[in-house]
Amino acid sequence: MSADRIVFDNVSRFYGDVLGVNRVHLSIPSGVTSLVGPNGSGKTTVMNLMTGLIRPTRGSIRVLGLATDNPEALFQKVGYCTQFDSFPKGMTGYQFVYSFLRVYGEDHATADRLTWQALERVGMTEAAHRKVGAFSKGMRQRIKLAQAICHEPQVLVLDEPLNGLDPMARAETIALFRQWAGEGRHVIVSSHILHEVDRISDQVILLSHGYVVAEGQIQGVRREVTDQPIQILVRCNKPAVVASRLFGQDSMVEAKIQDDGRGLLVRTRDAASLYLLLNRVVLDDGVDIEAVAPADEDVNSVYQYLIGSQGGAA
Amino acid sequence: MNWDLWKRQAAAILRIEWKKSFFARRAWWIYFLALGPVAITLGHSLHEMSRRVSNCIIGEDSQMYAGIFHMFYLRLGIYFGCVGIFSNLFRSEVLERTLHYYFLAPVRREVVVAGKYLAGLAASTFFFAGGAALSFIFISMHFGQAYQDYILRGPGLEQLVGYVVTAVLACAGYGALFMGAGMLFRNPMIPAAVMMVWEGINGFLPPLLKKISIIFYLQSIAPVQLPVEPGEPGSLLVVPADPAPVWLAVPGLLAVVLAMLALAARQARRLQISYTE
Repeated sequence: MSADRIVFDNVSRFYGDVLGVNRVHLSIPSGVTSLVGPNGSGKTTVMNLMTGLIRPTRGSIRVLGLATDNPEALFQKVGYCTQFDSFPKGMTGYQFVYSFLRVYGEDHATADRLTWQALERVGMTEAAHRKVGAFSKGMRQRIKLAQAICHEPQVLVLDEPLNGLDPMARAETIALFRQWAGEGRHVIVSSHILHEVDRISDQVILLSHGYVVAEGQIQGVRREVTDQPIQILVRCNKPAVVASRLFGQDSMVEAKIQDDGRGLLVRTRDAASLYLLLNRVVLDDGVDIEAVAPADEDVNSVYQYLIGSQGGAA
Repeated sequence: MNWDLWKRQAAAILRIEWKKSFFARRAWWIYFLALGPVAITLGHSLHEMSRRVSNCIIGEDSQMYAGIFHMFYLRLGIYFGCVGIFSNLFRSEVLERTLHYYFLAPVRREVVVAGKYLAGLAASTFFFAGGAALSFIFISMHFGQAYQDYILRGPGLEQLVGYVVTAVLACAGYGALFMGAGMLFRNPMIPAAVMMVWEGINGFLPPLLKKISIIFYLQSIAPVQLPVEPGEPGSLLVVPADPAPVWLAVPGLLAVVLAMLALAARQARRLQISYTE
């Protein structure tokens, strides 16, 4: 089981007296996994632990069954695009990727071929022979991504990979992540941009103050947040009628008719009863219901429920 | 043991690193240290050539060169040059936050140490062994054909090779020492100062402690000793009282190098990189 997963077993990491992460248990399957949390929540620490750049103070980590203190084996399978924006001096974009592949042990012909392949994937072939120092933020981001993917890793760890990218590059990069995940690889992404996390993630890990506060598929995580009423959007032709019937239920918290008069946003503690009631409303009052959909089964909502009040801006 | 892969990886690191070691903007003082005696010896020869009558003899120039080599190259130039080149191999990457470039590749940390060390050794050898060789050639150049004969048919070539080998071994020894120091200490000038005192008092130390140094072996290998009699002021600085034979001095020095590289490799394996959020 652990040979195809990234496993954190009771991992803690302290920087002197300062907590990095504490008592982290994770078992990450393939697909896109997003690490979400405010600044200082431990996202980068988790990524650095995963890639062996730092070692845990306690606990153990295995990446596809490999120990993280063995870079020779680990980085055959792992590529890491760090958030860190520093590059060896004087290198061009091509040299940055090519030299990395030579350090990897590839011969000239293979390194050259893989370099161009990676540069093409991130749309950097035209700027390949320009110095990295003269690159824009977005180009630097893309060249780091090229370095991380150039050896076709099984696990791709990406710290804020969408930072600085223009909308077109963002869309292409997200498509690349989805493609990689579709091939059965692990893509671990940290991001502050919650609506994009929603679009790209198969599962999320929410971190706050060094602790994992939730993990799993976002719908599952949302269902576990039982202290927050569930929001459901009901699109129908008689929202006022529906609202009046709903308030007969004890579990109802709030019902807000939408501005266009064609729907209402309901907050309830019991979704199952709501759905049953809607069936009766259709039969008894002749209401045409166009759509019923959860309105807060997304990362943004879950983030606000679990972290928002304590974590500050993401 | 995948020696072939490790060789390729070390060579790749060497290719990246040599440019940094040779052309670092902050390394101007190293060029100055290495090439200062070259300029002085060249100036000396040009001055002698411009005189109608010269009082110089090759033997005197040879002794003068021995003084430059022992007192300047071994004790100052190569010593501080190696502090500048080798202690920055890892330290500067930590400060510039670029070390992760190597640490994210599937390469043993020992191979990274080896690649960087070889790059530093190439640069220091080029500057200091090259500088020592050029100084040797320039110092008596004004003798013309006589000096050519001294080098090609006399003891000159053997001395030249001896100086170059000693300079290379000095770079290797001090290089390994200061690469390790650069990884162990935040400020490499502290171990550099401590080592300088230790190397400086080597002549005053008991025989056993003398052997735990680099200068002891280097002085034993150098082809010409300074014309200072034991007991004269300063003799302890330059004349090993109980010199090691070459067959022992070279392996002894290489043993020191290997021990320091092993220490550096151990430290590299423990190095962690932390990126703050």
